[in-house]
Amino acid sequence: MTEQPIVPEFNEDETYRLRLFVTGASPNSTRAILNLKEICEQYLKDNYEMEIIDIHQQPLIAQEEQIIALPLLIKKGPGAERRLIGDMSNREKVLKGLGIS
Amino acid sequence: MHHPTLPKTPTGIAGLDQITGGGLPKGRPSLICGEAGSGKTLMSIEFLVRGATAFNEPGVFMAFEEKASELTMNVASLGFDLDKLQAEKKIRLDYVHIDRSEIEETGEYNLEGLFIRLGYAIDSIKAKRVVLDTLENLFSGLTNQTILRAELRRLFQWLKDRGVTAIITGEKGDGNSLTRQGLEEYVSDCVILLDHRVINQISTRRLRIIKYRGSVHGTNEYPFLIDEEGISVLPITSLKLEKEVSSERISSGIPAMDAMLGGQGFFRGSSVLVSGTAGTGKTSIAAYFANETCKRKERCIYFAFEESPKQIIRNMQSINVNLQTHINKGLLQFYASRPTLHGLEMHLVSIYNVIKKFKPGVVILDPITNLITVGSVSEVKAMLIRLIDFLQEEQVTVMFTALSLNNIVNEQTDEGVSSLVDAWILVRDIENNGERNRGMYIMKSRGMKHSNQVREFIITDKGLDLVEVYLGPDGVLTGSAREAHKLQEETGVVLRDFAVSSKDRELIRKRKVLEAKISNLQMEFESAEEELNKMYQQEELVKQVTQKNRDEITQRRRDQQFDEKGGKK
Repeated sequence: MTEQPIVPEFNEDETYRLRLFVTGASPNSTRAILNLKEICEQYLKDNYEMEIIDIHQQPLIAQEEQIIALPLLIKKGPGAERRLIGDMSNREKVLKGLGIS
Repeated sequence: MHHPTLPKTPTGIAGLDQITGGGLPKGRPSLICGEAGSGKTLMSIEFLVRGATAFNEPGVFMAFEEKASELTMNVASLGFDLDKLQAEKKIRLDYVHIDRSEIEETGEYNLEGLFIRLGYAIDSIKAKRVVLDTLENLFSGLTNQTILRAELRRLFQWLKDRGVTAIITGEKGDGNSLTRQGLEEYVSDCVILLDHRVINQISTRRLRIIKYRGSVHGTNEYPFLIDEEGISVLPITSLKLEKEVSSERISSGIPAMDAMLGGQGFFRGSSVLVSGTAGTGKTSIAAYFANETCKRKERCIYFAFEESPKQIIRNMQSINVNLQTHINKGLLQFYASRPTLHGLEMHLVSIYNVIKKFKPGVVILDPITNLITVGSVSEVKAMLIRLIDFLQEEQVTVMFTALSLNNIVNEQTDEGVSSLVDAWILVRDIENNGERNRGMYIMKSRGMKHSNQVREFIITDKGLDLVEVYLGPDGVLTGSAREAHKLQEETGVVLRDFAVSSKDRELIRKRKVLEAKISNLQMEFESAEEELNKMYQQEELVKQVTQKNRDEITQRRRDQQFDEKGGKK
């Protein structure tokens, strides 16, 4: 890949707060973690906080966060909260969901 | 001979367990489908509440439609306190919120989150029952049908593996499909369809068991009612006629009517129809019966479809029946409702519920005719068959009143109920001489001797009574005509008496006169006889004397002759 990292249009001070909910080491979860990390490294380098939560370990969170489909990525900020489900393989949709592209 | 039968979980919903032969299949998911507002949520929540309260089986309610707080509020009107049950860890509510606009699908996913939530909820209260209320809402939140369908299949298998008895609700789809997303494909054990129909502006809820694998079940449509105590499904007509019968007799409250019924009144547990035209005293007969029942310290329920209880109580006071005292003692209950309040089935279910609760000895429905405004004749008849069946099973005596709509006695109408009842009393107007009187007779009374006579039915401020009609030369007479005829008869007797006595006296007088005459004549005769005798004796004397004289003279003559002869010699 030769493309240059896009300079974010938003205030640099605002870091991306991301929470990724997964279920143990299922194939979907593993793929989601890898895909997301790749995207973040590429587009949000040093400008994000990512928390990976295994729902199996903390089932109560599932109810609190209204989780149905997994893997689930919740963008807490900046801007409005967004929810992305799936293994993050559709990069275009992930970027759109995160408000990057 | 004995096959292991499918284990079942009782729902605790009145009537539903009877239809299903014990409840829903234990440890399996069942589907309840129906249109919006057909009572799916309510039925499933009652399943949980009854399970938690009556069978000690905690339950999880996963709501895809309503928020937990809304749900709690909605069912509070049925007397279900979900907050309390949640605090006691008997029920757990979980509201699942899904909004497509907030969600971006970025690849492969599954519903593991739902499984984990559900699993956690089940474990936290050791639930035995689970309800997934309108699971199909998932389809509006998520787009990948392939994933959803695969996950649903997995979900149902998972529920089975967990061994929980589950209810999944689904909204009815277009056309023939039971649910919009074809959930019935996944739930194959038990499917119940709820229906909410409006006919003639009156709605009726109905329930039908579409399938119940491995179990016999009723296939009919059963009406059900949602009232302040939850859902009651009406178990259908018992198909068998194997009811207990009683030969005990109970009085109608009118001694003269009892006398017409073989002297003892109706059979306990029988059904009595009182029909007649307007204003013939049907309600009065019913009130008398109720009054008599309460006097025996038995309970009675009076279903009034025409008048309000207060009205009936007031009106009956005018014929010396005080129903209020029985109400105060708790022996009598009134249930008044306009027939149009709800459909026939609803009436039946509510009647059923009230009877189950109050356990009366006698039930009165006044009048059944008004029910026709909410259903066709055949529907009313079907309802009454069910009611009579139910009442006979409970050994409750029932009295229906029915209004005959025309004056020409139409023996076969009366909602066609006449063939079902055990006794039928007909009150008729008899109109002549410019006045209207009531005539009463017994059309039929199964299993007892009964009078074939028409009696005049009299309502006075002292009460009801039956009087034998006057059978005069001009036919049956009633009312003042009867009185007049009676009077006329009495007058006749007096006049005749008078006439007879005066004739008697005259006779005596005549006899006396004659006797006097006879004695007079006798005396005359005697004196005449004496006279005659006297003359006769005189004559005899004269005769004797003359004879004597003649003899003497003759003697003398002979002597003289002798002397002359001798001288010459």
